[in-house]
Amino acid sequence: MNKIKAFIDQRGLGSFLILAALILVVFPLAMDIFRLNLVGKYLTYGFVAIGLVMCWGYGGVLSLGQGVFFGLGGYAMAMFLKLEASDPISTKIQSTPGIPDFMDWNQLTALPLWWEPFKYLPFALVAVLLVPTLLAFVISFAMFKRRVGGVYFAIITQAVALIMTVLIIGQQGYTGGVNGITDLKTLLGWDIRTNSAKYILYFANALLLLGCIYFCLWVQKSKLGTLLLAMRDKEDRVRFSGYDVSMFKVFAFCLAAMLSAIGGAMFTLQVGFMSPSFVGIVPSIEMVIFAAVGGRMSLIGAVYGALLVNFGKTYFSESFPDLWLFLMASLFIGVVMAFPNGLAGVYTSHVKPWLARRKATQAKSQALAVPPADNPPPASPPPAKEAEVPGLIRAT
Amino acid sequence: MSNTDFVLAVEDLTVSFDGFKAIDALNLYVDKGELRVIIGPNGAGKTTLLDLICGRTAASAGSIKFKNVEMTRLAEYKRVRSGIGRKFQTPSIYENLSVFQNLEVSFPRGRGVFGALAFKCDQEVRDQVQSVANEIGLGELLDMEAGLLSHGQKQWLEIGMLLMQDPELLMLDEPIAGMSARERELTADLLKRICKNRSMIVIEHDMAFVAQIAHKVTVMHQGKILAEGSMEKVQQDPKVIDVYLGH
Repeated sequence: MNKIKAFIDQRGLGSFLILAALILVVFPLAMDIFRLNLVGKYLTYGFVAIGLVMCWGYGGVLSLGQGVFFGLGGYAMAMFLKLEASDPISTKIQSTPGIPDFMDWNQLTALPLWWEPFKYLPFALVAVLLVPTLLAFVISFAMFKRRVGGVYFAIITQAVALIMTVLIIGQQGYTGGVNGITDLKTLLGWDIRTNSAKYILYFANALLLLGCIYFCLWVQKSKLGTLLLAMRDKEDRVRFSGYDVSMFKVFAFCLAAMLSAIGGAMFTLQVGFMSPSFVGIVPSIEMVIFAAVGGRMSLIGAVYGALLVNFGKTYFSESFPDLWLFLMASLFIGVVMAFPNGLAGVYTSHVKPWLARRKATQAKSQALAVPPADNPPPASPPPAKEAEVPGLIRAT
Repeated sequence: MSNTDFVLAVEDLTVSFDGFKAIDALNLYVDKGELRVIIGPNGAGKTTLLDLICGRTAASAGSIKFKNVEMTRLAEYKRVRSGIGRKFQTPSIYENLSVFQNLEVSFPRGRGVFGALAFKCDQEVRDQVQSVANEIGLGELLDMEAGLLSHGQKQWLEIGMLLMQDPELLMLDEPIAGMSARERELTADLLKRICKNRSMIVIEHDMAFVAQIAHKVTVMHQGKILAEGSMEKVQQDPKVIDVYLGH
């Protein structure tokens, strides 16, 4: 038992397990499938948020274009599903049966060549992971090798988000334009619109998210994680210790892109469509807000941030249809002004020391109540000094 | 350019910023195992020279050869990997990390992205960290957050981070600035110990300290070398007295 406890403490897994219990047990028990499906949608933003923790919080690379990668992952998935939904029988009223409906509306008479491979699920899945990552690699390699960073890089990612939206909307015949790719039905013959499918997809999504968080925790604890933090502090010192700093930033950015893409693909599966409204500048900035509210140094916090902001969005928009945007804005401003390190920052700076103090006084009063007999109660460990960044001080 | 036995051979090195020549056709040769001290008034180009050697600033003309390999076009990290270590003027350490982590991160293994992901802190790394920490007098403070160290200890830690890489050429920019008299003594001893197997270039203003450690002194003035030789010889040079020591 002690061993298990030590394991949990050591790897910082306590909060990870609480999150796992919440999304795997509490939410499914407490909510009907409509609400649960909404939570599943919010959790897909959690992928983007943990990606931002890795690249913005840890790597110091602010990206205001994560929607691009979320969208590319989502579109790759949607293209496969759309082709499956566009078999010649169900599209027989079109002038060219067997191609997606929006192509038919745009006077296309054959499936474009680059759509062909998306008939195959393995290709689509590989594309979900690799297309956004490759794009991220090209952008970040070109920028970081030239030492473009900070706010300039953020602006460039915004430009990419804008270009991507314009491209998708402009190429209506190939992308579905402003409506996006809609009317998705089945995945390899399995109807994804039924309630049972929604349950299964919710759990698949939740497990995938937890897996990604675990992977990121592992990256943070590796030397690479230490180096990312070191780079934020003293970039030149890292460079002159023999590291190619730019490649580490490229890695952080590509990792964030790949995580966003997984989120996008899961979004498409659970929500049933993908459109440019998840690609542009505004959704990209919203995604940064999820990470900022949750705490950009905390993977778990960022997931709570994504959940909380989206719950807020749904709740405010249902209850105060006229006011909800203002309420959301004040939530963002309030959190960022009052807690610069987000909710996770509040936890480490206020809740944790308070718990430690309480534990210490309890142990003290117990020690006073029970006079030292044969075996005195174990002395409580002194409250550990909180590192500014969780998980920084590694046991040596 | 000539082939040399020198560890470092700088020839005709020039760098100009908007026409102002911060380093002007400078030649400098450093022997194996030599501890060279560079002195000179403010703005003489001492720090710029170190920046050029380690790649922080790009040279406008001239050559920098390290172990007979041309360095001028190499990226910084490649120069470091070939054996050049550089300490900055203000202590550059990772304040949020522990002393142990500061040294561990400087260990020259797992320097690529995937190498760093796979890096394991094994016995060899721990032994090296412990021996370097003992050398710099921080052997008891491995778990302390580096930001809590005193100014002098931070300077030593940065020297220790360089020692982890066992560089053949170590360049220190004002290592004793802001140190107490006792810390200066300890630093002088440290520098004398660590220069046994390597060459060093030290920039320093404190003449007593220079006399204590230098094998050879180079005096720079306005991007050029004014005088070079032993401390006594340099101190008696009328040109040097005129621009620097006489003030």
